[in-house]
Amino acid sequence: MTRASLERVEARPGDPVMSAALVAEHGLSPEEWEQILGFMGREPTFTELGVFSAMWSEHCGYKNSRPLLRTLPTEGPAVVQGPGENAGVIDVGGGWGVAFKIESHNHPSAVEPYQGAATGSGGILRDVFTMGARPIAILDSLHFGSLDSPQSRYLFDGVVRGVGDYGNCVGVPTVGGEAIFDPAYERNPLINVMCIGVLPLERLIRGEAEGVGNPVMAVGARTGRDGIHGATFASEELDEEAVDSRPQVQVGDPFTEKLLLEASLELIERDLLVGIQDMGAAGLTSSGTEMAARSGSGIDIDVAYLPVREKGMTPYEMLLSESQERMLLVAKPEHEEAVREVLERWDLQAATIGQVTDDGMFRVREDGVVRVEIPVKPLVDDCPTYVREGVMSLAVAEARSADLGAYASFESDGEVDAALRTLLDAPSIASRRWIYEQYDTTVQTNTLEGPGSDAAVLRLPAEGRALAASTDGNGRHTWLDPRTGGRAAVAEAARNVACSGARPLAVTNCLNFGSPERPEVYFQLAGAVEGMGEACRALRTPVTGGNVSLYNETGGQPVYPTPVIGMLGVIEDLERRVPSAFQREGDEIWVAGVTRDEIGGSEYLAACHGLVAGLPPALELREAASLVDFLVEGAADGAFASAHDCSDGGLAVALAECAVGAVDGPLGCTVDLDAAPAGANVSAAGRWFGESHSRIVLTCRPGEGERIAAHGRRHGVPVARVGVVNGPDSPCRLTGAGHAIAPPAAELARIYEEAIPRRMSEEAGITS
Amino acid sequence: MKVGIVRFPGSNCDADVYRAVTEGLGESATYLWHKSTDLEGVDVVVLPGGFSYGDYLRAGAIARFSPIMGEVIDFARGGGLTLGICNGFQVLCEAHLLPGALVRNRNLRFRCHDVGLRVENAGTPFTSAYAEGDLLHIPIAHGEGQFVAEASTLDEVEAEERVVFRYVDRRGQATDAANPNGSARNIAGIVNAEGNILGLMPHPERHSLSVLGNTDGLGVFRSLLAAVADGRGRRSDPAPPAAAEFAAGAVAGVSS
Repeated sequence: MTRASLERVEARPGDPVMSAALVAEHGLSPEEWEQILGFMGREPTFTELGVFSAMWSEHCGYKNSRPLLRTLPTEGPAVVQGPGENAGVIDVGGGWGVAFKIESHNHPSAVEPYQGAATGSGGILRDVFTMGARPIAILDSLHFGSLDSPQSRYLFDGVVRGVGDYGNCVGVPTVGGEAIFDPAYERNPLINVMCIGVLPLERLIRGEAEGVGNPVMAVGARTGRDGIHGATFASEELDEEAVDSRPQVQVGDPFTEKLLLEASLELIERDLLVGIQDMGAAGLTSSGTEMAARSGSGIDIDVAYLPVREKGMTPYEMLLSESQERMLLVAKPEHEEAVREVLERWDLQAATIGQVTDDGMFRVREDGVVRVEIPVKPLVDDCPTYVREGVMSLAVAEARSADLGAYASFESDGEVDAALRTLLDAPSIASRRWIYEQYDTTVQTNTLEGPGSDAAVLRLPAEGRALAASTDGNGRHTWLDPRTGGRAAVAEAARNVACSGARPLAVTNCLNFGSPERPEVYFQLAGAVEGMGEACRALRTPVTGGNVSLYNETGGQPVYPTPVIGMLGVIEDLERRVPSAFQREGDEIWVAGVTRDEIGGSEYLAACHGLVAGLPPALELREAASLVDFLVEGAADGAFASAHDCSDGGLAVALAECAVGAVDGPLGCTVDLDAAPAGANVSAAGRWFGESHSRIVLTCRPGEGERIAAHGRRHGVPVARVGVVNGPDSPCRLTGAGHAIAPPAAELARIYEEAIPRRMSEEAGITS
Repeated sequence: MKVGIVRFPGSNCDADVYRAVTEGLGESATYLWHKSTDLEGVDVVVLPGGFSYGDYLRAGAIARFSPIMGEVIDFARGGGLTLGICNGFQVLCEAHLLPGALVRNRNLRFRCHDVGLRVENAGTPFTSAYAEGDLLHIPIAHGEGQFVAEASTLDEVEAEERVVFRYVDRRGQATDAANPNGSARNIAGIVNAEGNILGLMPHPERHSLSVLGNTDGLGVFRSLLAAVADGRGRRSDPAPPAAAEFAAGAVAGVSS
């Protein structure tokens, strides 16, 4: 083959003339442009400018987050594949691995909620099955504005349908997640989707382009003009009207995804491939360059061979198209025909568009003429990064120092009763049934505990083992104190997983923030990542990958800084898994962990007093780690009949959730909140609704409480018996701090169940 | 008993049926590729749930024209035991092997949760392991599961005791509240006049493994086993050698 470096790179006739304005429109700063000129040794072509623009965007290049992300722990005994691949992989025993990753699709979903959410699901599924793993579960972490707003209801409805329809069609159950509603997300919802897949570890495959001469193939859907990267301008060849009519958001086709999934797994199982990668963000550009970068190789493709949806597409468009359900693969040369046969059998397009080279170049031709020739290494690895100065905003400083004294006590028992009802009716706390009944939660027959449980629990192929998964984050807490919020996201996810009896093993993270160019946002980002790192180290749960979504703002107002953690854990004996809700009348109720006087940033303040203020509850790392050990060992010992994490709404809400969640209908209870372990001078509101971390509501068979106490002593976790589970048709008798209430469990259940359907009923209306 | 599970490109409950038959019942199962025309001598054909060809037109509308369906239709018309679950039920109706049609759920949303089912006829080859009036809890997972038919058809189906499963509440009553999708007369599953073809929307295969804590659905497969042992139904024709080879190649690499 001709040494292509001797070939001339030719600009395309009709390409826009390079100018400072054009460079700026591509999101590159003058300094970045100088850097590009430096290592290119010449002025890039328009097509090359497009490539740089995509690869040096925040999304692909992690310009602002990379220096921060580098501080996160990424190694541990269970980690098989850390960050930098399509998805992380951990060893779950018995020769099996689990691939998992979380990703955001916030901006597309704000514009077109159904397709935005659907394509978000599609992308993360592909990230998992391109590792050779069969996707077995999806979790979705959703943040919307208040459901009192028609706009938020429209977005919420569309997103739920989008996540549901895509997963339902592909046949992957959506088994858990979270849904948070707060005006801070009004026009900028957060849609984070996590996918989990299983694979025999020996079948693990990576996104690599090795072996000079190996064929590079484009597979799946044809490439169209949809989703071309921030193409905020029209080149001369783009017809103005076409641009206007072009959908801003890609359209998902879950049926093609299902074909791609089955075909890819078959190709991998038959060992026909060298490497495979999703053509996700920045499409062919990122997949091609990243695969070459991982192998230290080069790649030489000709876009004339790329199957396209319409005529007249330029190399620029083909390289940057984000058409969905496409993959790039490198085949073993002797198996090129076999690869084709497999794809044909699944009725999928397959085209050989080029080959692997050893000259370290990303070279793109158009009918043989070289249009792009960029050294892969600087393109992928030398994206400039920025460390900025962060500063706490005045609004946050003010909110933190607010005097909460007026909200610390209650005037009457009636006020406590009303507060509990208000909290159970708050959409961020209420039953998510309206959401998850639109999701297929049981397909693949692995679901042991589905939505509604603290963690989803799925059986694993390895005999007798189960996987637990949870997604968690608290934007309000993170806004008030980024470092604590970052710690808390990890710790809460670990608690949820440990409540099911699983040992937390590793996390994937999704960082949803505003513009890092604002000092107050950078402050949040840096603090949250620092806190996450601290908690991940303390809990020995390394980060295996994730996603960064910045610039989540509307009208100059950033969303709450929202780090979302997706945590996985393993239960050695699935028969020992622990449910969340009360099990039987007569069981003893215990509380583990210390209640402190912490009502800052609580759902109680927000829902009952319309206030976001104070310092969020502190997260003591050692306490969090001991609690996890206590839960895992207690579960393995069979000490718990149920275990439920205490978070939004505090102890009173956690108890009510245990009561209304009982499998065969609500069960009452009698509980003395004052009996729970507590610090000094805890206010009435702190005792009832404060959100102190590292607390769990446990139950056990009557007379077996000593086992809970023994595990508590062993791990230094304060525990106390606080009450007993009563029968159906009985009230939740709660007393504490001089107040007593007794709302019927069935009534609490009705409030809890109807909160979201009531707001989403036809009368409420859904408008865009 | 050898169960053949048809694999359309968008089938996604095929592996669940496979597990129910093999793990749940200890019998053998094989996948039948949609492009094949060979039923491989199976005793029972199952059309599993999923979105056969994406179902962008109408659930099951295209699947009925796939190569394998010609053989399935002949097998079923000839008395072969044929079970259509969810999307499979939709395909059976589209192929006119069962009367009526399945349209979008009453609330126009996909629904997935356990439903109460009452066994209305325990005399079929699909329900002999149950007693009439048994209450089962089995999941549904569909967006187009509202069973509709002409009133005269419904009357005929009722009169001939061809309603096999009905949606009911905890007390076994076929109330409107217990009807998850608006199906006519709370009908969840019906058989053809000869009784060898069953279509139902709920997923018995999802409640067939003891590890998942509920085996209410296993009775359907146990009944089929008994029916095959009794010589009810018929075996599909064994494949000519060449065709068998093709079919084997077609499913190679399929795993879960």
